Amino acid sequence: MAEDRIIRSRIMLIGGSAGSLEIILNIIALIPATSSFIYVIVVHRKYSSDSVLEDLLANKTTLRVKEIEDKESIVPGTIYIAPADYHLLIENEYTFSLDASEKIYFSRPSIDVSLESASEIFKDSLIAVLLSGANADGAKGMKKVEMSGGLVIVQDPATADVSYMPEQALKLLEHPVIVTAQRLPEYLLMLHDHIVK
Amino acid sequence: MEGQLIRDEDLEILMHELFNLYGYDFTNYAKASLKRRVNRLMIIDRFPSFAELLYRVKSDPDYLTRLIQELTINVTEMFRDPLVFKAIREQVLPVLATHPFIRIWHAGCASGEEVYSMAILLEEANLLHKSLLYATDLNPSVIENIKKGIFPMSQMKQYSENYIQSGGKNDFSTYYTALYDWAKFDDKFRYKMITATHNLVSDRSFNEFQIIICRNVLIYFDKQLQDKVLKLFDDSLEKLGFLVLGTKENIRFSPVTSRFKQIDNKQKIWRKTE
Repeated sequence: MAEDRIIRSRIMLIGGSAGSLEIILNIIALIPATSSFIYVIVVHRKYSSDSVLEDLLANKTTLRVKEIEDKESIVPGTIYIAPADYHLLIENEYTFSLDASEKIYFSRPSIDVSLESASEIFKDSLIAVLLSGANADGAKGMKKVEMSGGLVIVQDPATADVSYMPEQALKLLEHPVIVTAQRLPEYLLMLHDHIVK
Repeated sequence: MEGQLIRDEDLEILMHELFNLYGYDFTNYAKASLKRRVNRLMIIDRFPSFAELLYRVKSDPDYLTRLIQELTINVTEMFRDPLVFKAIREQVLPVLATHPFIRIWHAGCASGEEVYSMAILLEEANLLHKSLLYATDLNPSVIENIKKGIFPMSQMKQYSENYIQSGGKNDFSTYYTALYDWAKFDDKFRYKMITATHNLVSDRSFNEFQIIICRNVLIYFDKQLQDKVLKLFDDSLEKLGFLVLGTKENIRFSPVTSRFKQIDNKQKIWRKTE
């Protein structure tokens, strides 16, 4: 059982909006090259056909960085990015799926949608991280993760470029881990090493 | 809200009833998205429990139209992903210009924004007079709109920007007449459109086309159904015809892949090679 928990504990979903890019880059830079975690990054951004975000992240890590396509396989040791203009869902433990339905809180991808979907599949083995942002997206999703037994980590609003998004989540959450922007990358590294050990 | 989450078993039961009672087959739809749609419907139509939704479905055939419309996703816009339309403008239409007649199939066209976008491209390439745009969707209600050619005025600013990014050189507003909150598109477009209900899951090929456009429809299907639909498209495309899919969709892992070649690496447009 304990071992099962460890194996399944390897998915981390990071949601962010305005003011979250720098901290995401810092987090990525500290992920061990040997990590077998699954990382999923869901950020609000404008649709464009280029791969700027993918390239920025790939510069910080030797792990594989991949923007998700339809029915993409979930492979450990990969950093996945939700594509702009689609909602990202988890079809099952091995497969992502996409959805082009209505925007939620003016956002597609919606962090709520991905968190809810991921929590349903991965339950208590999901680690959810919510960063800086200017809208209420993510709060309900974080609540769902918490209720499914997952770990919820929120950037300390006092250290966020835009504090609204983490603040909204903290209003709903009962047991969040609140970490400052400066400490967050190191904290996630420690958590990673602790789980792997 | 949290209490309304339906279980996988509920979804199975609903799919079973929809097929048995009405012949709609959702069995091979991707589950995560479908489940979200059912949950969403239960919230907006205020069903206190799944049992109540199921009862309504079984006892009220008139509710079916709404159910199907809400379970499927009809979100679309004009010139969505403008660079795809730019590629069609620059790399597809010039190839078809010499054809005596051009038939295009918009499979899963929803309310028709994309069909009108295509008609505008054809008009600007001076090909509309010899083209026919077949617009099909599973939902009878959404395709009604295509025959009217009326879209919300509030969207026109965004559509106009998309149009320009697609390489459009005209003033977009010359294509429609403003009627209060609505934009009524020129009748010359709709005269070239043929609408019909068509279910990709169960219906067959009905013609042979030079272009098939089916964007953001396959994402709702599982792999098995995707392969089946891609086979249907293959059967419905003439030799050297073009297949246009959504920006995150791919034919790479399907059996038809060897019969197609992607024309432009960045856009999801394939040309049939044989």
